[in-house]
Amino acid sequence: MIVASPKPIEEVINTVKDCKKLLILGCNECVTVCEAGGKKEVGILASALRMYFAKQGQQILIEERTLERQCDHEYLEEIRDIADTYDAILSLACGVGVQFTAEKYLSTVVLPGVNTCFLGATEERGLWTERCQACGSCVLASTGGICPVSRCAKRVLNGPCGGSTKGKCEISKEVDCAWQLIVDRLTALGKMDEYEQIAPLKDWSTDRAGGPRKVAKEDVQS
Amino acid sequence: MRLEYPANIKVIRVPCTGKVDVIHLLKAIEKGADGAYIVGCMEGECLYTNGNFRAKKRMLQAQKVLDSVGMGGQRVQMYNLSSAEGPKFAAYARDMVEKIHELGPNPMKLAKEGKAA
Amino acid sequence: MSLKTDSKLEKILRAGHLAVTSECGPPRGTDLSKVEEKANLIKDCVDAINVTDNQTSVTRMCSLAACIKIKLMGLDPVLQMVTRDRNRIAMQSDILGAAGFGINNMLCLSGDHQSFGDCATGQNVHDLDSMQLVQTVRHMRDEGKFLGGGDIAGPPKIFVGAAANPFADPFEVRVPRLAKKIAAGAEFIQTQCIYNVEKFEKWIGLANDRGLTEKVFILAGVTPMKSAGMAKYMKNRVPGMDVPDEIIKRLSDQPKEKQAEEGIKICIETMQRLKEVKGVAGFHVMAIEWEEIVPELVKGAGLYPRPEV
Repeated sequence: MIVASPKPIEEVINTVKDCKKLLILGCNECVTVCEAGGKKEVGILASALRMYFAKQGQQILIEERTLERQCDHEYLEEIRDIADTYDAILSLACGVGVQFTAEKYLSTVVLPGVNTCFLGATEERGLWTERCQACGSCVLASTGGICPVSRCAKRVLNGPCGGSTKGKCEISKEVDCAWQLIVDRLTALGKMDEYEQIAPLKDWSTDRAGGPRKVAKEDVQS
Repeated sequence: MRLEYPANIKVIRVPCTGKVDVIHLLKAIEKGADGAYIVGCMEGECLYTNGNFRAKKRMLQAQKVLDSVGMGGQRVQMYNLSSAEGPKFAAYARDMVEKIHELGPNPMKLAKEGKAA
Repeated sequence: MSLKTDSKLEKILRAGHLAVTSECGPPRGTDLSKVEEKANLIKDCVDAINVTDNQTSVTRMCSLAACIKIKLMGLDPVLQMVTRDRNRIAMQSDILGAAGFGINNMLCLSGDHQSFGDCATGQNVHDLDSMQLVQTVRHMRDEGKFLGGGDIAGPPKIFVGAAANPFADPFEVRVPRLAKKIAAGAEFIQTQCIYNVEKFEKWIGLANDRGLTEKVFILAGVTPMKSAGMAKYMKNRVPGMDVPDEIIKRLSDQPKEKQAEEGIKICIETMQRLKEVKGVAGFHVMAIEWEEIVPELVKGAGLYPRPEV
């Protein structure tokens, strides 16, 4: 899923301070699972902002709404009738949701309430870690199912580099060395002979480098 | 035991303090309570193992949020006691009231009365 | 003996001599005379001079410019290039520029992570990794082609090196990884500083067993310790560094003013011991901000005068 974390409240306050009427718009998907922008977080942020502005003596009407998804037309349509009654919509969805909402409701300011961080997994309650950078051409088949692109600080495709120490990355003792994990896994799978095949220069044109990307599946298009 | 505790406290019963969430504490303050506190079982003695630890973390989170919007995080607190400790319950209530007196009234009330700073 | 390049380092190695290289860190400023000073301190006792590329991710004058300066002094520089800061366009371009100035050696590295340096909030590139950079240089030299397939007018005649750290983890891939670098096209290897001599000997022994030392020239990396404090710092703070406790003890047992002397002694002993080890083709002496000590080390190890080729 897409993992996000709430923006500092001071930053949010600064972006919404000129509104008279604000909608805080949550999303029931990824940001709910990573507890950054679901219904609950919408409620907490709304409450906090109401208190802040009331204390400032500033009249702002703050309303709450959470959609099934902000990255799909059909769910975003649910606020069609009300969207332009707000000065701004503070979206707690990922960057995709923020933009999709903005594209749909041209006359309303749409602001981000979270920082979109990475594609990751729930390691345990309250802890999410990165697993994928959406490079567009997956190398997991040759790396024991562990991604060096997203999990190696230098995205070394022929690792580990000389900074790997006791299973940890040179950047921090808190970070696992992806290549230690790869070697361990290849060893466990009895596939260490594959380790010596040199990974070729990667085609990064399917990554961010190639510009905005598109996936089209014609058989399902109308 | 007929112990006296301050009359300005409204008790809301929950099955376990683990039921209390950040939003409950925030809402209490947003709606005008001068303070809100959780009274949970002794740490390590939760029937559900860690309900009271969860409550404590949420209380700390609520404190952070309240501090960040200038409401005074100390308006929310948590206390622990065992169910046989009536006198302690009353003592905690007095302690909380004292803390709130130090902090002064909830700015939300002042705001509603049009006396905002 | 068939030479691929005009590199003096290559000539020395292929002639079967133990080679000696050292390094210069470029200045944090524009004064090229600093490079000249450092190079002059070591030039008579080394065959080639590495020029580091923004080492530890601290911004400095570019390696290429400093290499050109050293080349113009009539010496043989080794251009260090990290994949951290350049994409494949910039790297190929810099390789051509280097070769254009007659720079005959390159050391291909991934580079320390930028979080160690003065631009921790910067982006890193890592379009290629160090192994792929080795492949790239060999491709340009041997095929005379760019990565994009076009012909190079005057391919770069560069002797290609890579780094190896026998002390990084996991140890069991350190020899396979060396094999990979050789397969990628590395012709010489400069290792991480060696303090744990036994572990190094174990590593090079395994490389010998696989016949790898016949395919590549391994220059053993050494760095003299200036003090017990430096040894402790390297042990605890420098990733991938293996400093045994007895080294620290030897230094700490000396009074402060004698620790540098002891550090020099340890370094010379290491070189003397490793000279006899099969598979060691020379030494890479990294005297960090202590270039003036290099002649003493090289002489102490019995590697002076340097052979004429």
